[in-house]
Parts: sequence; C-alpha cells; structure tokens
Amino acid sequence: MEGTATPIKSGAAGAATFPGSDSRKFNYYDPKGRKSTHYEDMTLDVQPDPDRYLLQDWIINFPDGTPTYSKDWTRCKSVDWHKYRAVDQEWEKTHYQRQSTICGTVQSVIENGRRSGAAARFDKSWVKVLQDHLGAYKHAEFGLGTSLMQAQRYGFTQMINNAILTNSSYKLRFGQDLTLYLGEIGLDIEGGIDKDAGKKHWMEDPIWQGTRRAIEEIMASSDYLEQYIAINVVFEPLVGELFRSGFVLQMAAAHNDFITPSVVSAAEGDYERNLANCVELVHNLLNDQDYSLHNKVIIGEWVEKHAKLAHAAAAQLQPIWSLPRVKVASFPESFDLARNRFNNVLQQCGLPVPAVTA
Amino acid sequence: MSSGLTLNKITAQKGISIAEATSRVADLGWTPTYVQEAETFPTDYKISKVPRDPMKQVLRSYFPMQEEKDNRVYGALDAALRGDMFRNVEPRWVEWMKLFLAIIPFPEISAARAMAMVARLAPGEELRTGFTMQMVDEFRHSTIQMNLKKWYMENYIDPAGFDITEKAFGKCYASTIGRQFGEGFICGDAITSANVYLTVVAETAFTNTLFVAMPSEAARNGDYALPTVFLSVQSDESRHVGNGHSMLMAMINDPSNHLLLERDLKYAFWQNHTIVDAAIGTFIEYGTTNRDKNKESYVELWHRWIYEDYYRTYMLPIEKYGIKIHHDDVAAAWDRLVKKNYVHKIAQFFAVGWPVNFWRIEAQTEKDFEWFEHKYPGWYAEFGDFWKWYGRKSVPGETNMLFDQENGYVYPHRCWSCMCPCVIREDFCVGEVDGKLYTYCSEQCKWTHTVAFQAEYEGRPTPAMGRFKGQRIWEDCYHGWDLADAIKDLGFLRPDGKTITAQPHLRFDQKDMWTLDHVKGHTIQSPLVLIRDMSPADRDKHVAEYRAGFKIKPCNCGNGHHKH
Repeated sequence: MEGTATPIKSGAAGAATFPGSDSRKFNYYDPKGRKSTHYEDMTLDVQPDPDRYLLQDWIINFPDGTPTYSKDWTRCKSVDWHKYRAVDQEWEKTHYQRQSTICGTVQSVIENGRRSGAAARFDKSWVKVLQDHLGAYKHAEFGLGTSLMQAQRYGFTQMINNAILTNSSYKLRFGQDLTLYLGEIGLDIEGGIDKDAGKKHWMEDPIWQGTRRAIEEIMASSDYLEQYIAINVVFEPLVGELFRSGFVLQMAAAHNDFITPSVVSAAEGDYERNLANCVELVHNLLNDQDYSLHNKVIIGEWVEKHAKLAHAAAAQLQPIWSLPRVKVASFPESFDLARNRFNNVLQQCGLPVPAVTA
Repeated sequence: MSSGLTLNKITAQKGISIAEATSRVADLGWTPTYVQEAETFPTDYKISKVPRDPMKQVLRSYFPMQEEKDNRVYGALDAALRGDMFRNVEPRWVEWMKLFLAIIPFPEISAARAMAMVARLAPGEELRTGFTMQMVDEFRHSTIQMNLKKWYMENYIDPAGFDITEKAFGKCYASTIGRQFGEGFICGDAITSANVYLTVVAETAFTNTLFVAMPSEAARNGDYALPTVFLSVQSDESRHVGNGHSMLMAMINDPSNHLLLERDLKYAFWQNHTIVDAAIGTFIEYGTTNRDKNKESYVELWHRWIYEDYYRTYMLPIEKYGIKIHHDDVAAAWDRLVKKNYVHKIAQFFAVGWPVNFWRIEAQTEKDFEWFEHKYPGWYAEFGDFWKWYGRKSVPGETNMLFDQENGYVYPHRCWSCMCPCVIREDFCVGEVDGKLYTYCSEQCKWTHTVAFQAEYEGRPTPAMGRFKGQRIWEDCYHGWDLADAIKDLGFLRPDGKTITAQPHLRFDQKDMWTLDHVKGHTIQSPLVLIRDMSPADRDKHVAEYRAGFKIKPCNCGNGHHKH
C-alpha cells in the first residue's frame, strides 16, 4: 500500500465513506430546542470554561489571582451559566443586516423629510424642545451604550456577553443617530439648532439631573449583570420609553414633525429585542436550580436601587411635557404607562414591584 | 440626460461634514459628577493626552458598509459551492483549518472584550467610536469564522475534527498555545494586554501573516472560501491598527510610560513571534501542496510584513520619542526562522504528536522536499529523513512516531511563557520563580515570565501586571497516562468510539485508519515533571544534552513510500 498518496480524487462531502464521514454537526453542546440553531452553532463554547472543556484552566490571572473570566464578577449565581440563549439569536450576519436596515431607514426618512422642507415647518416651540431635550437625551443613550460596552467583558459565557455586546451596539448607534439627525435638520431650520445646547441641558438643567445621576450610577456599577438588568428592566421602561414613546412619539406630529418619531422609534424596536434577551436571562437566574432565592434577593436589591433613581429621574422630566405648544400628551398619563410597563416587566419576571412604583 | 447632469446632483442635499459629524459624536461623552466610574481593569500606565481618532467614521456609515462586505462573503461562499470547490480542494490544506479555525474565534471575541478595557482609560471620547466599531468588528470576526468552520464541516470530505471544534479548542495540546494569544489580549494590565499586545503588535504586525499571507496559500490549494472570509476580516484591521496607534501616541508623550512600553513591546513582539510564526508558518509551509518555486516562502513573507512593514516602517519611527526598540529580538526572531528552522521544527512537533491532534497530517513527499530544499538550503539533510519516517509510520500497526525508538526524535520541553514547544534546542533554558523550576524556549521567554510578568519591573512597582497561571504545560495533565486513555479522555474519537479523529495520512478508507487499539500501551510523560524530579547535577546534564539536540536516524525506506 502507498504510504502517502490519496486514492480519492475529491475533497467533497460524500466522496468516501469511513468512520465519521457523516458527522456534520457540532456535537459538543446541547441545543436548547430539538435541533441546534445557527446562532447556537456560532456562539456556544467559543468562550471556554474550565468546568466544560478547558483542560488547562485559565492560563493568565490578574494580579489579585482573578482568572481571565470569573464567576465572581456578578453577585448572581447559576448552576449553569451556559443555559442562556439570546432570544434574538443574533450573530454577525443578522446583527449587521438589522443595524444596516435601520441606518438605511433612518437616513431615508431624514433625507426625504428634509427634501420636502419638513424641518423648516416644525413648530418653533418644538424645535427648541428637540434642541434642548432630545439633544440632552442623546447623552443618556450614549451612557447606556458605554456601560454595556464595559459589561460585555465580564459575563461567564459567550451567549451572555454577545447579547450585551449587541445591546451596546444598538445603544451607541442610536446615540449617534440622534446626534447626526439634530445636526442635519439644523441646516434647514432658520436660526439653526445650537449643537451645544443638548449637552448643556444634560449637564446642568435640573430636568435632566435625575436622569444623568441614574445613568452615572449604572456606569459606576462594577457588577455587569446589575448594569444589564438596571438598563433593560428598570431604566428603559421608566425613563427611556417614557421620553421616547411617552413624549417624542406622541408630541411630534402635532408640531408638524413626522421625521423625529421615525428616527426615535428605531430605538423602541431595538429595546423590544434587548428587553426579551434580558428578561430571558433574568428568568433563568430566578429559576435556577440552586440559586433561585439568592438571585431573587440580589436582583430585587438592584431593581429597588435603580427604580428609585429612575423613578426620581422620570418625575423630574415632567416640565418637558409643558414645553411644546400643542399639548397632546400629558405627563401623568405617560408616566402611568411607564410605571405599568415597568411593573408588568417585573411581574413577568417574577420579581416584586418596589414600593416606589407600586 | 444632458452632459454633466447626474442623479446625485439632482438629489444631493447639504449635509454636515464628516469632521463635524465625528466631532459631534465625540462630544456625546461627559465626565460623571454624581458617581465615578469604577476603574475595573487597572493599568500602570498614565494616559493624560486625548487620543485622536484617525478613521473619522460614524456608525451610520459603518453598518451598511459592513453589511455590504458580508453580502460579498456569503455570496462567494454560495458561489464556491455551486462551482464545486470541494471537488478540487486539497485535503492537506483543509485539515489544518480544523486547528486554525478551532483557535481563532476565541482570540477574535477576546479582542471585542478587550475594547471594554481600553475604552474608559483614555481621556476624551473621540476614540470611543473607534473602539465601538472594533468591538462589533471582532464580534463579526468570531462568528463569521465559526460560520466558515461549520461550512467546511458540512461540505468537506472528512468533517471529523470540525464537529468537536470548540471542545477540541479547550483540550488540544496545540490550541492551548492559541489560547495564550487570546487570553493575552484580555488579562492583566489593561494597556499591556488590550493595547500593546493586541492592537499594536498582534493586529498591526502579525495579522498580515494570518489574514493576508495565509489566504493566498489557501487559494493555491483550491480553497476560495478562506481568502473570501479572511480578507474581509483583514479589511477591518486597518481600523484597529488606527486605534492601537492612536492610544500608543497618547501614551508615548508621557516619559513615565516609556519603561513599561519598552517592556510590553518586547514581550508582545517576542510572544507573537513564537506563537503566530509557529502556527501560521506551519500552515503555510506544510499545509500546502503548491510547490511553485516562484512563490514567497513564509520567511520571505515575514520579511515583507513583519520586518519591513512593522519593524522598519512602524516601530523604528517611534524611537524618536525616546523609546528603545527591541532591535536584537527582531534580529533573533529572523535568525530563528531562517537559520534555526523554527517553523520546520514546529511542524515536526505537530506531526509526532498526531494521535492527540484532531486533524490529519500527511507526510511530506519528494515534491515537497524539492521545494523546501530550494527555499531553505540544507532542509533535506535535517528534515528529509524525518518525513520519510513519518510516511512509513503512518500505517496502522506501526509504532506511533513519538514512541518509536527507530527514528531518533526526542520530544521537546514546553515553554512556560509562550507554551510552544522548545524546539530550537540550543535556545532552551530553565529558570526559577519563587523557588520553582520552569522551562523556556528562549531567553526572551524566560525574561517574559521571570521579569516582565511580575509585581515590579526594573525597580518600578507594576501592581496591574498579570501573572501566568493554570495548568500551563499540557503534558502535565496526562503525565503517566496511557496514550489510548488520554485520547479517550480528550474525546478525540470518531462517532464509532474507537477510530481516532486524527490520522497521520489522508487516506479516506476505514481499513487505513488508526483506532485506539493501534496506539495503546504507550505512556505519556511530561518533560517538566521529569526535569523537576531530577537532582541538580542530573538536570544540568539533561539541559546540556537537550541543548545539543538530536539527529534523526536515516530512514532507508525510499521517499516515504513504504510497501507493506
């Protein structure tokens, strides 16, 4: 027999039959459903774990002895961090497709709106609201995005970290969407839009200080799950959606503005997915075989802490509802909706509603 | 349409300039006043200068651009299948992709995680968008590579090895070296790991051999998929090189950083050399069937990408800031590649260890010998017989190369720093840290462990510096194990539970395939355990003998074609 030559002239599947020649599925993890999804194949076990296949353990440590990845980076505990799957099943292809579609839609709306001269017809009182308050709010989105960018380093599995990463990507895109949008419509509006006004309000206006504080508390947390949960379960329904849906989307049309709602609604679509991803993780933690109670206490503490901050932040936003000339939405109604949404998310998760929003 | 009139001219409207857009986006950040951000990944460096973003891109243009790149990649993969690519692909090449693609998604996603570590360190927010795009890029790279691997698994003649890929990554004696690379991006001093090791050295210098040189070789072996994916990946790297350089420039203007920078540039360059050259050098030189004498060899590619592009064009100019560059190490790495046959000796190591691999390695043949001798004069005298032995011992029933007494190969020690085998025998050295003996492939790697990765560097406290930990020597995990039991424990078996995933040949017929029965009865030993057990005198003798090297015995079996 020849020692080296290969008698088979094709490298294609099926060209020969031998042990393993039909083993054409990743076989080292248990799919969540009956069959592996493409997302699972792209994601599972790429970040290794000494409890699974990492024979030689983590091979570099931080100076205090903490390994490259540590379960201690959150106060939550789990018997199986690998169980989690992101509900939106994103991997690179689907992420770019979705982000790119949003970029295209947003740009198209802005271009066509501007071409029709829409921005010049915006109500003057509304232009000032966009300049000062949508201008301020863009910083909140950026703060959430950078917090999540930080958090995606710490999760114990690829599934958790990638879900946080895509969430960060969405938030940072939206922060930039608002920034560029305000810059562009400013070109069409007499007197323009003061590009520094938003940041000034963000830093100094009492209306925004509660929100800035709530965001800074999230940024300062060193527990990545506290950050992830505080953002999606608490801040987003109580403040983010309140401002986006409860104010901008409702008020804009009455002030001749059909562009801003389209730009802003992209964030609502993003949030639906990120909320689902986060709730799935919370659900896993609250139903953990060993640590259900422990996690309930920890997450409950986080929710209470951040709900106080977010609730106070939301209350401070009230004067904004009085600024537009046509008052088609009232703050109490919007705030009620936000509280209901928040309470509903908590109930769906199986978490107690904190006193502040009860 | 009249001349000079275009649709664009009719529809164009005034917009804000790129410079204005990036400056507004950079102004999204602020300095918190209610609560300070926790410094979670500390560094011993001081960064007081605001790094500039050289790329000036915003996410609104980034995402559509990337989607377009993706469309090309996935379109090309479909086209490759329609064009029956796998009918003409060289299995010798695709087999090595089982190793390469098991390793690379982890370093890629680690690079995404690394962005968390550098993003908060620099003052100002201008570079934040650059870091954001890099984070999403790396997510792209990791998952697009997983997709490529799945695609090979579904369409290539022998899927075994692809099917266990991430499990194999955690267990294999070779992929562990790649993990040192990936963990190096995200653990320890944040600047050392996420800036110098990752962006300044790995991405600026060595991705060119990884993602440019290797795809060329893939194409020569009928594999059009790897170039499609990896050249697309490489097109993102220029952004990352920009991020790295910008951070470097923000640090370099503070002289108190110079000592640390010199340390990290030296460590990162040397470890990138030992790891990347070992892996990519072997894939390019030994994974190919193309022996065109006009093509560049790995060392010629290295000279172009590492020596000219990185060392001369990128590194040397930073000397003007007062940084002492590791000239001697660049020369030493070059000598190791050209005079000391680093890649060839690594390929030998991969080959003798084949039973604990999860891919096939076939013997090199006359045609290969001819090319090697042409590109590396003297190669045949040193390595010809080895590959003849390997061809001869590729038949089930023969004694596995590693344990065979006939061929004269001596299994190498492992390096505690880079985890590569200490294959350049004369460079082998030992050292002690906290009273414990360690082995190293080179004086530079010994310096990395004993001097660089410590709490103090040249009298300066370095409290943020990482430490080498874990079961760093793979052979320690299986010291005293029977080879068959170790393979079983690794899980490197085909679905029948007895045929070994790896094979020392490309023969796709069950009767030619090795099973556990063919390898049992041999005991794995860890060279580190053995040397630690030696008396000082025996140890000195052993080190001297090891450094003297070994000679492969003549194989009178005729060009690797042994008749049975």
